Amino acid sequence: MGLFILRRLGVMVLTALCLTFVVFWLTNLYPNLEKLAKTQGNFRMSDEAVESYLGKNGYLQPMPVKFGQWLGVLPGWTLEDGGVVTGKCFGSDTPEEDRRSFCGVLQGDWGFSTVFKDDVGSIVLTRLGLTGKLMFFVMLVMVPMALIIGVLAGMREGSKMDRSLSTFSIASTATPEYVSGVIFIAVFASSAFGLKWFKGSATSAMDSVTFENFTLPVVTIALYGMGYIARMTRASMTEVMTAQYIRTARLKGVKFSDIVLKHALRNALIAPFTVIMLQFPWLLNGVVIVETLFNYKGFGWLLVQAASNNDIELLLAVSVVSVIVVLVTQLISDIGYVYLNPRIRIA
Amino acid sequence: MEELSWGGILARMFIQLGPVWISLIILFTVSMTYKRRLGLYGKLFDSTIGMIGFGLVMFWVFIGVYGGPLDMLVTHDPLSQVSGMKNKVPGTPMRGAEEGEYAYFLLGGDNLARDVFSRLIKGAWVVVQIAPVATLFAFMVGITLGLPAGYYGGRLDTLLSFLANLILAFPVILLFYLLVTPEIVLTGIPNYMALFLFVFPLIFVCILLNSRYYTQPAVRTPLLIGVLGGLGWLYLSLVSTNGSVVATPTYTIPGLPGFLDLFDIDPGILVVFVSVVFVNSPTVFRIVRGLAMDIKTRDYVAAAQTRGEGPWYIMLWEILPNARGPLIVDFCLRIGYTTILLGTLGFFGLGLESESPDWGSTINAGRRLLALYPHAAIAPALALLTLVLGLNLLADGLREESLRD
Repeated sequence: MGLFILRRLGVMVLTALCLTFVVFWLTNLYPNLEKLAKTQGNFRMSDEAVESYLGKNGYLQPMPVKFGQWLGVLPGWTLEDGGVVTGKCFGSDTPEEDRRSFCGVLQGDWGFSTVFKDDVGSIVLTRLGLTGKLMFFVMLVMVPMALIIGVLAGMREGSKMDRSLSTFSIASTATPEYVSGVIFIAVFASSAFGLKWFKGSATSAMDSVTFENFTLPVVTIALYGMGYIARMTRASMTEVMTAQYIRTARLKGVKFSDIVLKHALRNALIAPFTVIMLQFPWLLNGVVIVETLFNYKGFGWLLVQAASNNDIELLLAVSVVSVIVVLVTQLISDIGYVYLNPRIRIA
Repeated sequence: MEELSWGGILARMFIQLGPVWISLIILFTVSMTYKRRLGLYGKLFDSTIGMIGFGLVMFWVFIGVYGGPLDMLVTHDPLSQVSGMKNKVPGTPMRGAEEGEYAYFLLGGDNLARDVFSRLIKGAWVVVQIAPVATLFAFMVGITLGLPAGYYGGRLDTLLSFLANLILAFPVILLFYLLVTPEIVLTGIPNYMALFLFVFPLIFVCILLNSRYYTQPAVRTPLLIGVLGGLGWLYLSLVSTNGSVVATPTYTIPGLPGFLDLFDIDPGILVVFVSVVFVNSPTVFRIVRGLAMDIKTRDYVAAAQTRGEGPWYIMLWEILPNARGPLIVDFCLRIGYTTILLGTLGFFGLGLESESPDWGSTINAGRRLLALYPHAAIAPALALLTLVLGLNLLADGLREESLRD
């Protein structure tokens, strides 16, 4: 088990390195740099001005060198221009003895956001906190609902309840967030239908969560993920319900509710556990859409801002975080699967 | 003229979509009559869910085909703006309608005073055009790489699986934001990706035919020359635009000259297409790999190996046909997923130009005025919902019927 986790961690680090390099490479392509220079300076910059801006800020070094500097394995660039020394790790007014030569991710320095004019690390942390709040409520709504639907549908395969709940879960997987969100806002928050039950914007939820401003975004994300988990739970539940020990219990005359709750449920919940863990990366997509739609300034909103402004260091931090989320949930789901299901043993 | 009531709107839409209903009725009667002779497709008509799904899908396919290239069904030009029709509610009579023009905006006007109904129908064509083809390409890539990975295993499998997981670990939206931008189109990266991804169908067909007929060179050689010639021409026309394969400001790679080029693809569409294929193929790869690993332990594979069949023959003519059930089901689901992805791209305003009538872009344009005039965003949202729902139900019906075999 220890060796397995160690190997998985190794693969994880390698994957994260490869992915960040891809992001780094794509964001550092010349047309993207040109766009960055023009958004930082002005849009009518000449080609020479773009060139000199990029040169002054160290963007024109070879790609692997820049990547090494960002990682913190190569010393940051320094430039001497008429006696004034500037560099990646310090400004021209930093005293000589405080100037570090390495400043990268390994040193805990995530860089400087060109859009928000702030330290990337602190921006990402605040936004992650806000998204964490959203995710917490989503999980609170989604997981119990999905499990209940799945178990109810799966305990009597082919019954009316199974048919209708299965159709509901298919419908919910067929409704992407931008469709359900739009419909929810139109029905529950617009003047067109006259039901002004909730707010169509979640901006105020960043400070204080109320039922009125947080219901729609949470339900929108939860609905799309719910169908899939419910279907997996149903599949696993129907399989368990045909097992020998369930038949034995029925023949003994155990009450049906006791069979479902005491005998079947525990074994039926192994498969959904993996699925729920693997839903996290999917939820990230939903988060981006919903945060844009409801104007909730969390991590997804940050991703959109960073990507549309080509804010390289912010974008890199965002992708590192999301890649780590994906890989860690995969790891947890694998370990949890082994832990929950003693029939599987990994050497 | 007065505003139409909802009953009037529905009745008029029903009449306007007449050709679609007729085609659906013909399709269903013919299929129901001959369902015993139509294999898996015929069995679909035994399950209610499958039939509902198939009906919904074909409804949009007919709308797309009739409304797109044939230019039927639409009541107004989807791009022209009519003065006085801005944000009008469904059923508003058109101001200053002339003789021969359709007198109503059936589903109202959007924020640029264009007819929502006509845009909806034109948007169906964008989806019906791109989604199945992109899914097909993703399947070609996934099958061509997944079969050897599952069959041979070992280093090849480790490498390919690592690459697939790498792409899967990327949040889809981040990838879209990085790939589908005008700046990336300038660098020519989508063209390189097109060059790489579109070659897979060619490889697939080539290996498929070669492994089958290589014992009969008299059949194989002319067949391969013919098929490869045709497909190669299509491939080169597909990847080359204006006589070059890759055209960036600094350099160009020459491609097929203009007079041989069958069709040109708009660079905006190409980048959308390529990214959707790129995002979908790793998942297909994983499914095919898993199926191949499972099926290669069967007796008929061992029998073929004992007969001395080549590995590619076994993969393509023994394993692949036996994996078709799950693959067909996944194909339907994946078209739905691709439709959702296309909508996501439109929702973030990536790729397709902002006046494009596709559903995602329309939802994006309509969501800003959602609180006041929801109809412009709700119509395409419901359209997308029903199409994807149809595909999911169809997949569910197919799964049930194929399990019954």
